[in-house]
Amino acid sequence: MADAKAGAGNAIVGMGRGSYAVLLAFFLGPAIIIYTVFSIYPLFATIFNSLYLRQPGGAYIFNGLGNFHTLLTDTTWSVPFWNAFRNNCYFFFIHMLVQNPIGLALAAMLSLPRLRFRATYRTLIFMPTMLSVVIIGFSWQLILSPLWGISKMFLNTLGLGFLFAPWLGQESTALITVSLISVWQFVGIPMILIYTALLAIPEELIDAATVDGLNQFQAFIWVKLPLIFPTIGLVSVLTFVNNFNAFDLIYAMKGALAGPNFSADIMGTLFYRTFFGNQLQLGDLSMGSTIATMMFLIILIGIMCYLFLIQRRMQRYTF
Amino acid sequence: MRKPASAIAVHGILILYTALALFPILLVIMNSFKARKAIFGAPLALPTPSTFSLIGYDKVFGDSSIVSYYLNSITVTGGTIFFTLLFGAMAAWALTEYKFRWNTLLALFLAVGIMVPIRLGSVSIIQLIVELNLINTLTALIFVYTAQNLPLSIFILSEFMAQIPKDLREAGRCDGLSEYNIFFYIVLPLIRPAMATVAVFTMIPVWNDLWFPLLLAPTGGKQTITLGIQQFLGQYITDWNAVLSALSTAIIPVLILYVIFSRQLIRGLTSGAVK
Repeated sequence: MADAKAGAGNAIVGMGRGSYAVLLAFFLGPAIIIYTVFSIYPLFATIFNSLYLRQPGGAYIFNGLGNFHTLLTDTTWSVPFWNAFRNNCYFFFIHMLVQNPIGLALAAMLSLPRLRFRATYRTLIFMPTMLSVVIIGFSWQLILSPLWGISKMFLNTLGLGFLFAPWLGQESTALITVSLISVWQFVGIPMILIYTALLAIPEELIDAATVDGLNQFQAFIWVKLPLIFPTIGLVSVLTFVNNFNAFDLIYAMKGALAGPNFSADIMGTLFYRTFFGNQLQLGDLSMGSTIATMMFLIILIGIMCYLFLIQRRMQRYTF
Repeated sequence: MRKPASAIAVHGILILYTALALFPILLVIMNSFKARKAIFGAPLALPTPSTFSLIGYDKVFGDSSIVSYYLNSITVTGGTIFFTLLFGAMAAWALTEYKFRWNTLLALFLAVGIMVPIRLGSVSIIQLIVELNLINTLTALIFVYTAQNLPLSIFILSEFMAQIPKDLREAGRCDGLSEYNIFFYIVLPLIRPAMATVAVFTMIPVWNDLWFPLLLAPTGGKQTITLGIQQFLGQYITDWNAVLSALSTAIIPVLILYVIFSRQLIRGLTSGAVK
């Protein structure tokens, strides 16, 4: 038996099989029980719930993939669902196009050799990431509010006063405004991850490149950037998971209805509304689970793409 | 940075970005110390003796529940850190030190929790918490956050434990220490720096979370400070002094903790994600 062999082969001399099992149970038990009960079980139970439908009497009957069919085709459900999905994609693209490039640029500057005040910049730029999304959301709501007028004043000083509009209140700009606020808050994460990866690149490589006649900028593009592709892949998948799981900021700034007219609605707020209900509808456990399962599938697809398409093709460089 | 011109450009960009990162935070804190007239009249000016006012803070702390919300947050965060570290270190030790049949499989099982956000199971988490009769309790939050933070902590702590020299453990065994005592008296003290790192990066997301307090403990005085502030803001939406002071009340302690722990925190973020 493997257990017996392991017990004998292990360094623990004189310990019987039984007490070895007790030892393992003691060390692993609490963590595995808490993790399984409060994390893994609910995930699977939610998927299971999504296969059941509530009857008018209150009983639940097995409905197969019927809930998913309803969600994707019945217009009462599919219109909000596709709206939230589309908005969530925009939300993600804005992060990929704005947050990650800015994070990369900041990391590149911070990792320049002989830069002074490096730690100070790093600490200060990372600061918004530390604060609660609720606090950030509300602070920006005040700053952008036409009532306080501070952003209008600011634009006026720059001679751009005509640009001012109630960005958060307009259907056409609410989502992009919220996304940019989220970018502003979380830019520290790609910055720190890429910065650490850049610091791990040995000095000699860059020296060799500069001796070959490349300037700092060229050395960055041709030598460092290819070496940190694995980190950029990781940052992308983290952005994906976090964005398709986002909720707090939209809820804090726009409430569960993600208005005006659901223009800032994303999967997280749709899920919350469906499960808990709101002015327009009653809470629905089955459909809530169905939406959560869809989010789970979307996130799983993102992680799979990362694992199979990106990470496998990439060589890990170790120095 | 050989050329001074490019050095100045780099510093220029970094200073501008730092200003962009700090401006909204400073603006809120600054204006929370001003009278209402000055908030609107001169929002960009520092508070002066004539505009200084603590009227907003009076309102925030006059609402006695804010103080208890702070205590709730401290309890939840402290409890989560304690259980995550204790159970996480125990499991990490078993996974690195002992050989058994399901070792690799167990590591994969834990990896699920690192990749898939626990929030997606919220529907069943609520059902479970209701069944356990733990709704509107801090215990519920501690359980859920511990489950959420265990997997990553186990991975990080395992990495550190793998670096403990074998001689130390063997010496303990030769001296007749039991396996349990080796863990509690030799291993735990050795991984204190790693535990500090895990503690710091567990602390911030738990403290800041809105989702689970909103779902599991939204009423009955068991709100955490993040949720409490959110509800307070909804109530006092038109009272700018109160709103700005409430926001600052939530910002300032986190900023102080961040300045103290930023080194550990950034190290924790990187060691956790670079895997």
